[in-house]
Amino acid sequence: MPHQSTISDLRARIVRRDLAARDVAESCLDRIRAVDPRVRAFLSVDEEDVLGQAAACDQAISDGASGKPLLGIPIALKDNLAVRDQPLSCASRILEGFASPYNATVVERLREAGAILFGRLNMDEFAMGSSTENSSVQVTRNPWDLERVPGGSSGGCTAAVAADECVASIGSDTGGSIRQPAAFCGCVGLKPTYGRVSRYGLVAFASSLDQIGPLTKSVEDCARLLSVLAGHDERDATSVREPVPDYTAALTGDIKGMKLGLPKEYMVDGLDPEVRAAVEAAVTHLSGLGAEFVEVSLPHTEYAIAAYYIVATAEASANLARYDGVRYGARRDGADPIEMYARTRGAGFGAEVKRRILLGTYTLSSGYYDAYYLRALKVRTLIKRDFERAFETVDAIVTPTTPTPAFKAGEKTQDPLQMYLSDIFTNSCNLAGICGLSVPCGFTRSPRLPIGLQLMGRPFGEATLLRLAHAYEQTTEWHKARPELAAP
Amino acid sequence: MSATDLDVRYVAHLARLELTPEEEAHYGAQLGKVLEYVNQLSQLDLEGIEPTAHALSLRNVTRPDETRPSLPREDAMRNAPAQSDGLFVVPKIVE
Repeated sequence: MPHQSTISDLRARIVRRDLAARDVAESCLDRIRAVDPRVRAFLSVDEEDVLGQAAACDQAISDGASGKPLLGIPIALKDNLAVRDQPLSCASRILEGFASPYNATVVERLREAGAILFGRLNMDEFAMGSSTENSSVQVTRNPWDLERVPGGSSGGCTAAVAADECVASIGSDTGGSIRQPAAFCGCVGLKPTYGRVSRYGLVAFASSLDQIGPLTKSVEDCARLLSVLAGHDERDATSVREPVPDYTAALTGDIKGMKLGLPKEYMVDGLDPEVRAAVEAAVTHLSGLGAEFVEVSLPHTEYAIAAYYIVATAEASANLARYDGVRYGARRDGADPIEMYARTRGAGFGAEVKRRILLGTYTLSSGYYDAYYLRALKVRTLIKRDFERAFETVDAIVTPTTPTPAFKAGEKTQDPLQMYLSDIFTNSCNLAGICGLSVPCGFTRSPRLPIGLQLMGRPFGEATLLRLAHAYEQTTEWHKARPELAAP
Repeated sequence: MSATDLDVRYVAHLARLELTPEEEAHYGAQLGKVLEYVNQLSQLDLEGIEPTAHALSLRNVTRPDETRPSLPREDAMRNAPAQSDGLFVVPKIVE
């Protein structure tokens, strides 16, 4: 069935005219109708629009178009990516009814590449969370076990890909929001190097940490998407003029001689024994493929969560100041503007968002700035240096993506700190600005839940990660598994 | 730095967030625990370490100071909760 296929496979069939774009689109829409009432990955789907795009695509194909890299491929979007005239709510009440007046750069690039962009995928409100439970709209379920979370904040993205509701999706990652849900749902997820992909049109959470990235069923699909997404953009002053290679050319299958490091600081006591076993097995497997493991240490790993939750919340408190009810969004009236802002924001933001704004405001406030924010930025320097030092001796760093497999819905919602600790392996990557990828590396016994292997690379070293991940994937069977979404 | 220094009501005012008394108490307690956790950073010797606000080495990215088309007014206004004559309407600021 088309909805179960990859970009690589579908594109070839579409170009050969074995399959029409319409067939693929309908296959996905049928699948969404069948499973999304249980998975709840989508906040909305405009079926008419999807079929319209597919029809236009088929027309272009019969007129001779065949070169576009994502021709006819249905790709769904996280609800924090701007698409002109479409809802953009970041799963928040404060943006209820908001329609974006412009397109994100990544949206333009994907469209130009022939993709059929559709849907608004559920997320933790303003990307703040690790389970998608902070959405103000609905709870998304993990297709592998509907009692469990898909991870977050890009939980809608990964649930949709895992359930074959779309061929791929685009999410964002600030502290692990692509990689952690990818691990929980058994997909491939990539956080590019900071500055690799334009953030223009991504609703900002933490401006020095955010990156947009692909969620896919295979490493090759991930490479294909990155080739389209990456590149300098004048409209994002933090995007970098680094040339974009053909990332698919990196997928040689050969990793002989690659030097890899498994930092001891990641193999902690709290690591789930099955996750530990899966990662150790992956290390053995990679050695078997010719990679050489070298001892490596990232001594400041234990401070990453603390540094992250100071830096990210500080930046968030600034970025979310714009939601004041003046120019857009849901407004609550007041006798004067200050009262209007306070009521609008009090009513419009969910609990986690409020907590983070409060924390960020506090750590930036007079008297506390040096002790918290400035300090955290210095710790960030140490974390960055740890990676620089490690990359002097290794080409990539290998770790578990998460300390445990997907947890049950409601399990961590009472204690915010517990939720934050689940990001322990992914935060450092954002702080240092380097690239990170999660690839499936096994399953727990019972229930059968995906386990993710994280690979981290030098700035602009995505090709190395993709090469490594692809070689691993193609010599294992994990990527072929699909959840059994039991018939209702 | 004591975690109990957090005056939730004052910080909420700075952040223009209206909280119920229950929220104040609840978030205050939760954030107290988070602050206790992040206080571990005070254990580190950071003498001589420069802060990193931005992971890349980009500096002063500019473009030529030339006027270009920007977001048309109608597009900018289309999500306005209240508008009049192309202006956003808000409660009175000055008496």
